[in-house]
Amino acid sequence: MAIVNIKINGLPVEVEEGTKILKAAKKAGVNIPVLCEHSDLEPWAACGICIVKVEGSPKLIRACATDVVEGQNYITHDPELQEVRRTVLELIISNHPLECLNCARNGVCELQNLAEDFCIREVPFESGVKDLPRDESTTSLVFDPRKCVNCGRCVQVCQQLQDVWALEFIGRGDETLMTAAGGALMSESPCIKCGQCSAHCPVGAIYEKDETKEFLKMIGSDKHVAVQIAPAVRVAIGEMFGMEPGEITTGKIYAALRRLGVDAVFDTNFAADLTIMEEGSELVERVTKGGILPQITSCCPAWTDYMEKYFSDMIPHFSTAKSPMMMQGAVTKTYYAEKMNIDPATIASVAIMPCTAKKYEISRDDNMQASGYNDVDLVLTTRELGRLIKSAGIDFVNLPDEKADSPIGAYAGAGTIFGVTGGVMEAAVRTAHKLVTGEEIKDVNITAVRGAENVKVGEVTLGDAKLKVAVAHGMANVRDIMNEVRAAKAAGQEPPYHFIEVMACKGGCIAGGGQPYGTNDVVRAKRTAGIYSDDEKSVVRCSHQNPEIIQIYKDYLGEPCSHKAHDLLHTKYQERPLYTK
Amino acid sequence: MAVKNFVLVCGGTACESTKGDEIFKALLKSATKHGIKDDVQIIKTGCFGFCEKGPIVKVLPEEEFYVEVTPEDAEDIIAETVVKGRTVERLAYKDASTKGSVSSEKIKFYQKQYRVVLRNCGLINPEDINEYIARDGYLALEKCLTGELTPDSVIEHLKVSGLRGRGGAGFPTWLKWNFSKNVTADQKYVVCNADEGDPGAYMDRSTCEGDPHSIIEAMAIAGFTCGADTGYIYIRAEYPLAIERLNIAIEQAKEAGLLGDNILGSDFSFNLEIRLGAGAFVCGEETALLASIEGKRGMPIPKPPFPAVKGLWGKPSIINNVETFANIPVILTKGGAWFKSIGTAGSPGTKVFALTGQIENSGLVEVPMGTTLRDIVFDIGGGIKNGRKFKAVQTGGPSGGVITEQFLDTPIDFDTLTSIGSMMGSGGMIVMSEDDCIVDVTKFYLEFCVEESCGKCSPCRIGTKKMHEILEKITSGKGEMDDIQKLKDIGKAMKTASLCGLGQTAANPVLSTLKYFEDEYLEHIQDGKCRAGSCKDLMQYKVVTEKCIGCTVCARKCPVNCIEGERKAPHFIVQEKCVKCGACYEACKFDAITIS
Repeated sequence: MAIVNIKINGLPVEVEEGTKILKAAKKAGVNIPVLCEHSDLEPWAACGICIVKVEGSPKLIRACATDVVEGQNYITHDPELQEVRRTVLELIISNHPLECLNCARNGVCELQNLAEDFCIREVPFESGVKDLPRDESTTSLVFDPRKCVNCGRCVQVCQQLQDVWALEFIGRGDETLMTAAGGALMSESPCIKCGQCSAHCPVGAIYEKDETKEFLKMIGSDKHVAVQIAPAVRVAIGEMFGMEPGEITTGKIYAALRRLGVDAVFDTNFAADLTIMEEGSELVERVTKGGILPQITSCCPAWTDYMEKYFSDMIPHFSTAKSPMMMQGAVTKTYYAEKMNIDPATIASVAIMPCTAKKYEISRDDNMQASGYNDVDLVLTTRELGRLIKSAGIDFVNLPDEKADSPIGAYAGAGTIFGVTGGVMEAAVRTAHKLVTGEEIKDVNITAVRGAENVKVGEVTLGDAKLKVAVAHGMANVRDIMNEVRAAKAAGQEPPYHFIEVMACKGGCIAGGGQPYGTNDVVRAKRTAGIYSDDEKSVVRCSHQNPEIIQIYKDYLGEPCSHKAHDLLHTKYQERPLYTK
Repeated sequence: MAVKNFVLVCGGTACESTKGDEIFKALLKSATKHGIKDDVQIIKTGCFGFCEKGPIVKVLPEEEFYVEVTPEDAEDIIAETVVKGRTVERLAYKDASTKGSVSSEKIKFYQKQYRVVLRNCGLINPEDINEYIARDGYLALEKCLTGELTPDSVIEHLKVSGLRGRGGAGFPTWLKWNFSKNVTADQKYVVCNADEGDPGAYMDRSTCEGDPHSIIEAMAIAGFTCGADTGYIYIRAEYPLAIERLNIAIEQAKEAGLLGDNILGSDFSFNLEIRLGAGAFVCGEETALLASIEGKRGMPIPKPPFPAVKGLWGKPSIINNVETFANIPVILTKGGAWFKSIGTAGSPGTKVFALTGQIENSGLVEVPMGTTLRDIVFDIGGGIKNGRKFKAVQTGGPSGGVITEQFLDTPIDFDTLTSIGSMMGSGGMIVMSEDDCIVDVTKFYLEFCVEESCGKCSPCRIGTKKMHEILEKITSGKGEMDDIQKLKDIGKAMKTASLCGLGQTAANPVLSTLKYFEDEYLEHIQDGKCRAGSCKDLMQYKVVTEKCIGCTVCARKCPVNCIEGERKAPHFIVQEKCVKCGACYEACKFDAITIS
């Protein structure tokens, strides 16, 4: 890549050709203010705040969308630029409700930060906030169109990153509105509840349905509150307390939950190991007995929803195994309840998830009640748990590390890597090797399926057998693989893959829609590193070696994919319409 | 047998809507009745431009110019003029000063005009390719395909001609074509922007209606020059007649082997399709237009990359507007130097304006660049309606600015207009008189921009709305002094921080009227006065007690019953209830009602 020499406010900077001015300025230590720009997305150039000057030209240009040009000197800050930025900001704020106190983004709002930086103390223009109803139609997300600043991030996320096309602009001019396509409700649209819109929204226009009150109600009741935490939560929640992304806080979360008053602390990683036993056995069964291939992972509820809407012909390919969260809930109210002699009716099963779609998953169909009661009663996102911990006055950073409760709290390294793209595949291979060859895999690190590439394709050797695998993350990267499978099927050819892992969010659950704000590729990389380090630190790396997993099969489930396991841990899928309106 | 007379009937949208087609049919019927069907050729042409006086019928060779013709007049035109060679006096155009009938070549409206773009409008039947060919149509394309012209020499002609894009910004056409020509790509496109959207502007519509082949020919030449085999004409669905005529022209060109595969037996192929727009103003912005052709929501994207390098479906695309294209065939047949000799040094050629507003002769006028506004308004346009006083001209549509009396003698071209705070735009020219309130007119333009902003970028989306709200405040007598500064601040933010040309210029009407007419704004705010009397909220109807005889006529006419008073005693108006409809003012025979 050619190097371009430019200047930022007169200071020489060298950057690669094709670098945007915004990024070049960052390299020179200058932060140009932005509102609509997000490093995950193509520049949309809507807000008009990142304008800069090119020395010698009267026109202001957008730093987010303009490539640097050799020899140019960019002025990023001067009184005139600041004045224009301020006016633009005042215009935006004049159309935004001044309801910071009861806003989901209070304190973590990008518009609020800009207003603070620009010392906005009054808004000179009449308020243009419209009286529009809130869309609370899904179980996962709330859309408050009054707060929308029309930055376009959510639309781009939904269309380009996720290929869902649930969100679109309608109307023109002042009437422009971001909405579920065609003005439908979110629940009537193709929305898969992944929540990436809420993770990217700079303000509080789209946010997770807050259920912290329900949680506190459970704690205050007679219920036996059993909480599980997902793999990705442990490497992200610390960010809400000033810790670095990727710092492993598993023990602190356990401790915090106990201080919040829960009765039992479990780990979804245990159920991830359980998932591997079930899903891995299912894969081995399909491969060795001529079942329908490829097998496709079903852990991600957003992906499952997407598949049911856009690729329902893939239903026979879907692993029937429930997601780890649902399995954890199922064994909490059966195995654990029996073992501890607790009436499952009195258990409140709560899951802390990096994900908004998980709020939808617990009631996605009638298979989610293995014990006769809801497998999971309540899902809180990482963000919600963070707020609960803060409001309880818990000094999270200085908490001692505690351990999860037995008999469904221990996990192997394989369980923890479910939190990153490629992790389910890697964990499955570790165990499949044992199931197919009878021998333990020599190197548990399956690097072929690691990394941030959109699609990872590889071949894994299991003794004499070769397993062709594909891993995709970011919903928009799935279509090509699915079409490849379809084409082979239509042509009567061998399936191109044996096993496909899909996670809806770019990077996997570590960058889920319910994670702390500020996710970008840098944060993704740090959280991913945290997950792999958690795996490496684990004494047991393979799911089938997890002593509590061995125990549950011995004491309760029998064999993987046994009749009982099927009753409790497996589910069905159904075709769903894109629009229900 | 040779045809003795030609009767040309205007078939432009304006005349068509006032029974142009019926006139055409009535003329045919009369000619048949008089048994002279073969002696006379009755042709439905494109727009004559003199829309103020439409429908227009012209008889050749007598140069009779009949205005405001009705279908009932057809019989007289045939019986008198065609059969007997006599002028039908009641239909003939009368000169405003001499009041006498004048033949078409002596009409002042046309005398200072110079028709290059509209060369065939009002002259040929746009639905007959042969008439276009007879006027040297497709000659330039033929020259390209027979080797007389090469892509390089086409570019050279355009360069010499100095033709600048007529869509608004005035970018040199040869440069645009050259960019596209020099990019290597497996596919390139030629796009015609016929999404004319300025209020009151209809230059492009008339060209499409009156001379569709000139556009088709030019697009094929563009394809030949840059190496594109596909073209799209993006036209708003609100232009049904233009679409119909373009479709007919495309079909005829295909049949004649002038469009499609292997044109005129050469290895050059060019296919053309029409894409209909839904009428969003922003789709006249080229990147939004391309998005719309691709089936996406019409919203601009940042430039660069420019469409000439990365355009439709990511491929290099030449995109020009109708008027630019219409100039090209004639530049290539007559030579770039010929074109350069017309107009000004910086802006050669002519410009078509849609002259509307408070003007005697509204219509389409084409003048050489460098013509003064005075010539256009007073000579061609016949001056201000009803002898009122000239106030200003708005050029460049909702993106332009006002030109005041002091600039009436400025020669108009791209650069002078910009230097006096307006812009060429696509050629809308709205004339205002002393009866127009400048704040109210500005509010009208802003209203247009509020509705037509695509909504993508915040300076334009919110800025237009806030400005409109402030103007609404001022025109309703609630303005405050700091509103002026607010307008200026928003204007600056819009101008500098909006993404596309529409947003960057949407504040121009406000900024330019503030520059030249700030006193009128201040009158509204400080004195609660609208000198033009058009801001109703600032007006008060009052009864002059001394003059009122208590006849009660006003009270009976008042639709809201706000006039009270005993019979034969002076009446009074309850101001709180008055809706300022003016009914009392009209009804009073004693001048006892005044407006203040």
